[in-house]
Amino acid sequence: MLRIDALEVFGLEPVSFEVSRGECIAVQGPSGSGKTVLLRALADLDPAKGQIFLNGTDRNSISGPDWRKQVRYAAAEPGWWGETPREHFAADGELDIPLESLGLNTEQLDQSISRLSTGERQRIALVRAVIDEPEILLLDEPTGALDAKATAQAERLIKRHLKTGHAVILVSHDPEQVKRLADRKLAIRSGRARMGRV
Amino acid sequence: MTQTSYIALTYWDLAMAASLILINGGLSIAFRLGIERTLFIAAVRMAVQLMAVGFVLKFIFTQTSALWTLGLGLCMVLFAAREAMARQTRRYKGWWAYGLGTGTLLFVGLLAILFGVGVIIGPSPWYTPRFVLPILGMVLGNTLNGISLGLETLTTSALRERAAIEARIALGATRFVAMSTTTRQALKTGMMPIVNSMAATGIVALPGMMTGQILAGIDPVEATKYQVLITFLIAGGTALGVFLAVIGGARLLTDERHRLRLDRLEKADQ
Repeated sequence: MLRIDALEVFGLEPVSFEVSRGECIAVQGPSGSGKTVLLRALADLDPAKGQIFLNGTDRNSISGPDWRKQVRYAAAEPGWWGETPREHFAADGELDIPLESLGLNTEQLDQSISRLSTGERQRIALVRAVIDEPEILLLDEPTGALDAKATAQAERLIKRHLKTGHAVILVSHDPEQVKRLADRKLAIRSGRARMGRV
Repeated sequence: MTQTSYIALTYWDLAMAASLILINGGLSIAFRLGIERTLFIAAVRMAVQLMAVGFVLKFIFTQTSALWTLGLGLCMVLFAAREAMARQTRRYKGWWAYGLGTGTLLFVGLLAILFGVGVIIGPSPWYTPRFVLPILGMVLGNTLNGISLGLETLTTSALRERAAIEARIALGATRFVAMSTTTRQALKTGMMPIVNSMAATGIVALPGMMTGQILAGIDPVEATKYQVLITFLIAGGTALGVFLAVIGGARLLTDERHRLRLDRLEKADQ
């Protein structure tokens, strides 16, 4: 599904690996080891040499926006450009994802973002990232600000995305979460990325 | 309508006016503000620079040469561009730091001269320096103000709103959509001074050029007509300049893959 071929990311030796449909790969390593820069490079948010193919299509053969509609990065600290969460969703109608399953409600979509808690913002950002079902979801500590209950709810959403034939690359500092979600683990240490079992 | 004759000033008249600066100096000493030296240097610079420009203009006015006029016009554009960039807290790396301002001001200056002087006023020859240089100066001065405000807003808000811009980019937005809030803010800030000054002109302040013409003995209504023409030229020039600089600046802050490239900025040494 996604093939990374000698991708040159700042501070890392060239990285190569493949991700299959329905697979979840966890990226692990100490802070500052290059996990976020790797995810950003995969989403083509920063320039990086090397090749990435999605279902056989070279990243460079399609436009940046089209690539990112399929290979979607969700930052650890989500950014907001509107006043309310609703302004951040393309359609004004009902969302396909029931917000209640994430411990949220539809009224919160019309609240001021500044009045939402960090955890609420992070869950809404997760919904925003998966709503149009990108092929690959690159999640940077998606549950970092969540309590155990909200983490379980967010993980259900991630599993649902995987079950529908998509793939997830996840940065997580929680070894238990990695065990619950990931099929394989990409460990980054001293500038080298090594794929291994969970 | 009576037209009074122009009264030339002597250097003694200027010396009398300069004595007013002694009051400022005296206040600075009395209240220990410590600005008397800076004040003295600024006053001397102002007088020397203006006198020098007066002699340069006198020389060029007697030549009526397209080469001299355009040469001085080009110098004005280069100085204006340098000034526009010098006011930035974050600058573009490489030659774009000056290229963006120079290109924009050159385009706006040429357009203002060709349209304002060449088409509307229509002196013969069209490059008559008495018309071209003062009008170019007024248009450039205001446009550089708008450009520097617009670009400063663009770069500072792109840095501040980085997470929001990148969130849009990550969701598949084009660079123009992702930067739209920032760009609109920068355009508005850049155009605000000229919009405000147009609204206040004639009520709060009598513009310098109109006052100058009235002092030179021109009919106030005729002076007003020139002022209206100049104000429109300035407003048009500023709007176009701000638009080109901000859109160009936003383009330079992103790349062909629609990525945000804040690495193309560097902190100015200030």
